[in-house]
Amino acid sequence: MDEQEKQQEFQEKIDSGITIEPKDWMPERYRSQLIRMMSQHAHSEVVGMLPEGNWITRAPSLRRKMILLSKVQDEAGHGLYLYSATETLGTTREKVIDDLLEGKAKYSSIFNYPTLTWADVMVIGWLVDGAAIINQTMLARSSYGPYSRAMVRICKEESFHKKQGYEMVATMAQGTPEQQEMVQDAVNRWWWPTMMMFGPHDDDSPNSAELIKWGVKSKTNDELRQSFVDRHVEEAKAVGIEIPDPELEFNEETGHYDFGEIDWDEFWNVVKGNGPMNRERMKAKREAHENGEWVREAAEEYARKQKLSKEKAS
Amino acid sequence: MSNSKESNYDTQWPLWEVFTQPRDGKPHEHAGSLHAPDAEKALENARDVYARRKEAVNIWVVQTEDITASTPEDQGPFFDPANDKPYRYPKFYNPPRAVKKRS
Amino acid sequence: MSTKTKTLTKQEAFFEYLVRLADDRLILGHRLSEWCGHGPILEEDIALANVALDNIGHAASLYEYAAEVEGEDRHRDDIVYFRNDPEYKNLKMVELPKGDFGFTIARQFLFSAFSFFLYQGLAKADDEQFSGMAEKHLKEIKYHLRHSREWVLRLGDGTDESHQRMQDAFDGIWTFTGELFYMDEVDELLIDEGLGIDTSVFREDWKNLVTDVLEEATVTVPDFDQYMAEGGRKGLHTEHLGHLLAEMQHLRRSYPDAVWE
Repeated sequence: MDEQEKQQEFQEKIDSGITIEPKDWMPERYRSQLIRMMSQHAHSEVVGMLPEGNWITRAPSLRRKMILLSKVQDEAGHGLYLYSATETLGTTREKVIDDLLEGKAKYSSIFNYPTLTWADVMVIGWLVDGAAIINQTMLARSSYGPYSRAMVRICKEESFHKKQGYEMVATMAQGTPEQQEMVQDAVNRWWWPTMMMFGPHDDDSPNSAELIKWGVKSKTNDELRQSFVDRHVEEAKAVGIEIPDPELEFNEETGHYDFGEIDWDEFWNVVKGNGPMNRERMKAKREAHENGEWVREAAEEYARKQKLSKEKAS
Repeated sequence: MSNSKESNYDTQWPLWEVFTQPRDGKPHEHAGSLHAPDAEKALENARDVYARRKEAVNIWVVQTEDITASTPEDQGPFFDPANDKPYRYPKFYNPPRAVKKRS
Repeated sequence: MSTKTKTLTKQEAFFEYLVRLADDRLILGHRLSEWCGHGPILEEDIALANVALDNIGHAASLYEYAAEVEGEDRHRDDIVYFRNDPEYKNLKMVELPKGDFGFTIARQFLFSAFSFFLYQGLAKADDEQFSGMAEKHLKEIKYHLRHSREWVLRLGDGTDESHQRMQDAFDGIWTFTGELFYMDEVDELLIDEGLGIDTSVFREDWKNLVTDVLEEATVTVPDFDQYMAEGGRKGLHTEHLGHLLAEMQHLRRSYPDAVWE
């Protein structure tokens, strides 16, 4: 079978909803696009641990401390599932983590913003995880088996992440004047960066069409953003939080909320590495990696010695 | 430490596959994979990664490179022949009506 | 004040005993939680977070029970967030900074080995709620012991660097191990009541366990009879605890009337 026939057969499989598995033939570009997308996704989970982890030691109640710690731990788990799924495409975790630490790989820009107050962490749970769920529910139906299976597991575990955030946001919005101010301030700072999470407009998103054709994604960036807005504006209203967008208005005709334009200069600036926390995030990850090197080495050396002495004994 | 990249040691440890038994009496199923330096640590990591929510009563770990899997090319010769052996299924048979009623 | 203060009631002693146990676990859990996002590898990040969560969880149920025993309608968070460092009664060992991964593991191993013996006793305490709690927590402690023991072996008998780091970690923490077996009038009263454990009973077992593991890990066992630091149980801490509590309590104390559950 020549390349073109293979391509055609592959597309037919995708179109009829057959899942692609690691050993199946796939176009090189499908493979490389998936490696890029899935490793970015994994990096996002792992870098995302930092802004939230920033508040574990300061959580204002034991209940909240345990919730936050187990949530951030879940993010580590999700990073792990995604790295493993990426490895089925023929790359290694060493390689993709190296790319991250050397600044060659991207991760979600949302984590380049600082968590300045406790409310930030709760708003991340509500808005950022809310946005992530919309994206991940779609990806759970992705054409690549390992990716979709990782997503199913992640979606199941993440269902509490947004809920705990929204619960605390609601408590604060109905709490003392200081709490109300704190939570509204956090929403003011996080709303637009969260809107940016869905990526550029469809016209400016070169990868989107291809990913949709291959069944990796089933909705465009703008469609996903719209469902995020529709859902979260209602949730904000329910607890008396204001969304910092003067143009936000329900459109009777479309049945959706119209909203203002994203500041794309800010978006691209953060993507290029100039967000408020880009450098710190990478520094923290590099330090953890370097400080852990002797541990990883030691475990491997111990395993080597054990194997050797077992072989000698037999 | 700065030239660590050049050494062969910058490791993420070997890859292992994890199989969990969800409940007593159920078969093990594939839960996912992880990295570990050896079997004991693989087992511990599997417990922490794949059984945080009581998903398992028992865990198997096996190094990924030790698994032999059938390939997509095997699919035809391996699995299609099963299609034309209807006598392996109970609905292939027609027991006398009276007996059927009793069961 | 005369040295002959009023005698301790059983209730007061039990409250104090529970709070000491809880403080150890909360402060240790705090130190472990500092690893979250900074571990040597993703798998270990998850493992350490689990141990941290277990410890904080154990502390939470102990504080809750302490508040119940006290009977003054306090919430467990009142005990956690509104006591100053002299009122904290944890061992000095657990408040020391997390150090490198080797130090964290060395401390975890020594503490888990101690808890392993202690909780076997507590699981037989003459109080159903307390003994039930101890029995439940013992399962997790056994896992902490396994996890940390396996690491002591790998790091002690790994590379030259890891061996040296483990030796340094054990040498450094050793002076704080004596306090594990500290006992005073609180313990004496509760031992008589069948609620507390005479830790001297299992001191040899603990030493043997620690010695066996360190020797297998090719780490030289430091001198058990060297000078041992104490004071934590009386609220006399290292300088580290003040910083830890400042961090832990500041938000809650800044808004004492707010609800944060």
